[in-house]
Amino acid sequence: MIIKALSADRTISWVVASFAILAIVGLMVPNWVLNGTMFGLARGLAVLGLLVLWRTGLVSFGHALYFGLGAYAVALLEKYTGVSDVFVRLAVALATAAAVGFMLGFVLRNHRGIFFAMLSLAFSMVLYGVLIKSEALGSTDGFSVSQTTILGWQPETKYPLFLTIILTGVVAAVGMQIYFRSALGHLTTAVRDNEIRVEYLGYSVAQAIHIKYVLSAALTGAAGGLFAMALGQVDPDSMVNWTVSGELVFISILSGPGSVAAPFIGAVAFEFLRTFAFELAPHAWQLIVGGTLLGIILFLPRGLWSLIERLPMRQERDRE
Amino acid sequence: MKKGIFRSGALTLALGAFIGAPIVTTSAFAEETFKVAVVSFLTGPAAGPFGEPGRHGAELLIDAINDGTMPAPYDSVGFGGVQIEGIFVDESGGNAKQVAEYRNLIEKQNVDAVIGYISSGSCMAIAPVAEELQTLTIMSVCGTPRLFEGNDWQYTFRTQAHAVADSVAAALYIRDQLGDVKSYTGINQNYAWGQDSWKFFDIAMQKLTPGSSGSDSPQFPKIFAGQYGTEISTLLLEDADLVHSSFWDGDIEAFVLQASVRGFFDKKRFISVAGASAVDNLGKRFPEGTVVGTRGEYGILVREQEGELNEWFIDTYRERYGVYPLESSYQYAQTVLALKAAMDKAAAESGGTPNEDQIIAAMKGLEFQSLAGNVSLALGNGHQAVHPIGYGITAWDEESNSPKLVDIRIYPTHCILPPVNQMSEAWLEAAMPGADC
Repeated sequence: MIIKALSADRTISWVVASFAILAIVGLMVPNWVLNGTMFGLARGLAVLGLLVLWRTGLVSFGHALYFGLGAYAVALLEKYTGVSDVFVRLAVALATAAAVGFMLGFVLRNHRGIFFAMLSLAFSMVLYGVLIKSEALGSTDGFSVSQTTILGWQPETKYPLFLTIILTGVVAAVGMQIYFRSALGHLTTAVRDNEIRVEYLGYSVAQAIHIKYVLSAALTGAAGGLFAMALGQVDPDSMVNWTVSGELVFISILSGPGSVAAPFIGAVAFEFLRTFAFELAPHAWQLIVGGTLLGIILFLPRGLWSLIERLPMRQERDRE
Repeated sequence: MKKGIFRSGALTLALGAFIGAPIVTTSAFAEETFKVAVVSFLTGPAAGPFGEPGRHGAELLIDAINDGTMPAPYDSVGFGGVQIEGIFVDESGGNAKQVAEYRNLIEKQNVDAVIGYISSGSCMAIAPVAEELQTLTIMSVCGTPRLFEGNDWQYTFRTQAHAVADSVAAALYIRDQLGDVKSYTGINQNYAWGQDSWKFFDIAMQKLTPGSSGSDSPQFPKIFAGQYGTEISTLLLEDADLVHSSFWDGDIEAFVLQASVRGFFDKKRFISVAGASAVDNLGKRFPEGTVVGTRGEYGILVREQEGELNEWFIDTYRERYGVYPLESSYQYAQTVLALKAAMDKAAAESGGTPNEDQIIAAMKGLEFQSLAGNVSLALGNGHQAVHPIGYGITAWDEESNSPKLVDIRIYPTHCILPPVNQMSEAWLEAAMPGADC
């Protein structure tokens, strides 16, 4: 019954199918492509977290807080308990971020627009400051993260971790799609359009935003955890600094809000764009990345996803 | 549903083509040369005083050895008969970015070995990945002893002595040259190198000058902070007559300039463990009478030292780049020399082009002649270098209109480093047994 309902949703069926194909492609590509794709997909998960808020008209400039919490949860878990199991790591990263998101949610749910953005930025910089100052938390050096094990088994290659990231991505994307289709999810756009009307309908706007915020934090935390596992290193400047939050917002704009799959496409594209820009112009790669963003805003205001919306077969279906 | 799958297939293929396209160009590369990535700061505050001079040092030696134009004992052509192709990579951007870049270097650009790294943060982050990817990696500059103490790396080497040596030599110099220091404090960067430097300096001072007392509030600003107004105020308010600092990169220049205008150097004695680059870069603006080290027999410390290799290096370097080689120029050059010595040795033993395992075997415990002294990979199970370290006091040479160091003292290896198989901190706490200096 549930499966039937799920497969009736076109977005869900094709998200599952694309990830399945990606899993097979992952077997055939060289390691650096696999790595880049892992980084991209992990960031994509964080951007999906931003998308949840964005659809309500909220932009967070501080999601590096949760990204960093997830990453540091994985690193500290290993440092103090020695646990390196992928599922424990993922669960701890997600739970830590969700718990902090739940607490901060009480403050943030009362703010909108620039205040929401700046307040979230402030919280993330608090964590950054704490990490930088504290020697026990690695200060600016951070920690290495050992290779991930799966139920006591130490894989030879990165492929099992790649599969884990893909599975997490699928579960998150499908979960969010179901959420967006639920009554609570439909409130998303309603809240953006007119909060007072939503209140008159008998829903609590603050509560709806709080739930979104925790969901968003949890997704971003999981993303940070997976990113740390894929990379094998955490440090405040690459995980918690405001530039990381900016990067996530950048990828959101690059991807577009059109679909739960868009963040993953945008993030993987971003990852490879940056890799090649860095190789092509080691001193001016930011120019290439920035130029791309400018081009996207000017010509594709709804992001890379709007390219897919323009595919001929998609338009054909819409005519049907 | 069907259409959904079709569309996703097309999309994934397009994505695959996008990310897979460059594979064709990189994997078909025939391996005729030994490809070495040289990592140093090419952008940011550490580029001027450390990154660029380091890169130049490596570049100069790689070119000279490829052409066979170096003096003996390095006058044979190539590295074990092989030509090295150096590619130069930026170290900025944080540890996570460095790890990602390192993976790219090995897996995408197919480099055979990686040398360099200035920041201790980079070294600590890279070593585990070097093991994972099984690639010969030789660190040139970074100083934290944690790299090999408590870790048994197979693929990572370091041709620079670690922070214990710098700190003990500093304490020895203070005892021998300055004599009566009653109390001291420090300003160090808040990361592995700065924390370790202060910790070891403090212990060494307690053991070597028992009458002195260390400050309980040494300053630890963030690396690359650039502004030290509050720290300078705090240091000036303290009673301590000596200030220790392991600042390097642009930070030491910024600190010296900001402290000078407040009369800091008239009120305090200052010992700079790794700030020699600033002596050259700031010229007359660097205060005279400051104790400065170069972390080895490098740079301004050995500028007047005789020796064929040293004179050749200084002359060729000045001819090519128009400036004197700095500390990091020597350190990077030293790493290239280690690689040359190991590859020559491995080639002689194997009778052909050596492979990675043979080079690593040859490098373990290697003893080789550097530009201005000898280096031996004696610690860390044959992976960690030991060599003498010296300090001097800054002065202005009117004749050549350039800075110089006077009262130079160079301390031999056994005075400043623990013997094999002893942890640095325990050795220091036990009042450095075996080092009767």
